[in-house]
Amino acid sequence: MTAPAPASPAPASLIRTALVLGTFSMAAAAILVTGNWLTADEIKKRTAEDLANALRQVVPDALNDGDLQANQVTVEAADGTPVTAYRATLDGRVTAVALPLTAAGYGGTIRLILGVDRAGAVLGVRVIQHSETPGLGDRIDVSKSDWITRFAGRSLGAPPEDQWAVKKDGGTFDQFSGATITPRVVVTAVRDGLRLFRTHRARLLD
Amino acid sequence: MKYSEIVTAGLWDNNAVFGQMLALCPTMAVTATATNGLGMGLATTCVLTMSNLIVATLRRVIVTDVRIPAFVLIIATMVTLVDMSMNAWLHELHKVMGLFVPLIVVNCLILGRAESFASRSGMVAATIDGLAMGLGLTFALVVIGAVREILGSGTLFADATLLLGSGFAFLEQTLVTDYSGVLVMVLPPGGFLALGVLLAGKRLIDDRAAARAAAAPPAPPAPAAAEAAPS
Repeated sequence: MTAPAPASPAPASLIRTALVLGTFSMAAAAILVTGNWLTADEIKKRTAEDLANALRQVVPDALNDGDLQANQVTVEAADGTPVTAYRATLDGRVTAVALPLTAAGYGGTIRLILGVDRAGAVLGVRVIQHSETPGLGDRIDVSKSDWITRFAGRSLGAPPEDQWAVKKDGGTFDQFSGATITPRVVVTAVRDGLRLFRTHRARLLD
Repeated sequence: MKYSEIVTAGLWDNNAVFGQMLALCPTMAVTATATNGLGMGLATTCVLTMSNLIVATLRRVIVTDVRIPAFVLIIATMVTLVDMSMNAWLHELHKVMGLFVPLIVVNCLILGRAESFASRSGMVAATIDGLAMGLGLTFALVVIGAVREILGSGTLFADATLLLGSGFAFLEQTLVTDYSGVLVMVLPPGGFLALGVLLAGKRLIDDRAAARAAAAPPAPPAPAAAEAAPS
């Protein structure tokens, strides 16, 4: 490749350098746009499937004959952040609500989903995403331990609200040997989720 | 450099982890199980081979002054493509390893091979080097992962079907049932312990081989040149 003679005081090599890097950037951008265009639909579908699976685990099919994912209502959490709840209906009447929750875990944000029935009792809790320590905190994952299933049937009255804590903190729920932080934040998150439900009960069940 | 030498260098002599001690960040992060090591290794191999090929193809176009930004751009594009494709078509695996895939960008092995090999070699040699280095890394990650998984969880290749499909269910072995596990092996320090022991093991094998070669009479020059021709 022969460089053209410099037309200005700027050395030819400098112009060539800029051209090379500029062309590279444009080519990379074009490739990425194409890649995104090819995968976006598929990724959207997979994400929706993940959510559907999680919802099905916390809201039994018997309580729902509508489109759970489409029936959304947004309420405001105590700290002002919006929470999008999914409502299960039977013949148009709301039977249960699924609330996405987050907790600040030991290894990062834990994303949970909580199913609550009309009476405010827990139908089920599942972890959607977490980065807790393998072998310790990851026992909140239902594939590793049945700990998370023990929330089912509980409500803010049973156990009493001040008992919604791990045993180490004087509460009702077991912690894991070697990991207290993870179960503690999960118990707190579920309790706050139930409080959120209580605060916005009318709007959620309307 | 003969192609066969590039392959042996990548797989064993100059192995990314056991020889060059590169790529230790992903090594420590993903090798809690053999399956995760395998997945990370294959994803890295994919990126490394493509980036080596592209860098070698464009080596006369890339101006020396800006070669590092150009390499980084190529690698980052490749990694983003791999990340998006995994999210779309290997979604279960992406959920397990999603956090680590973007880290391939900062894997110094890839930039290292682009700089020290691909930018001064032909396309065929660079592609072979990328494959061999990548498979060598995969081998290292799987071995470290297997050691940590066996000692830490009592299983081998757990969840391999997520990565390879249900046809590979036979790989998933529970070696010890009701095993409480040596927790430290699953945690990051266990990665260093396993790596240290395995490194010592490789030294031992190499020393033995060297001693044997020194003791044996000098071998006649092997007629390997013809076999090393590209296929």
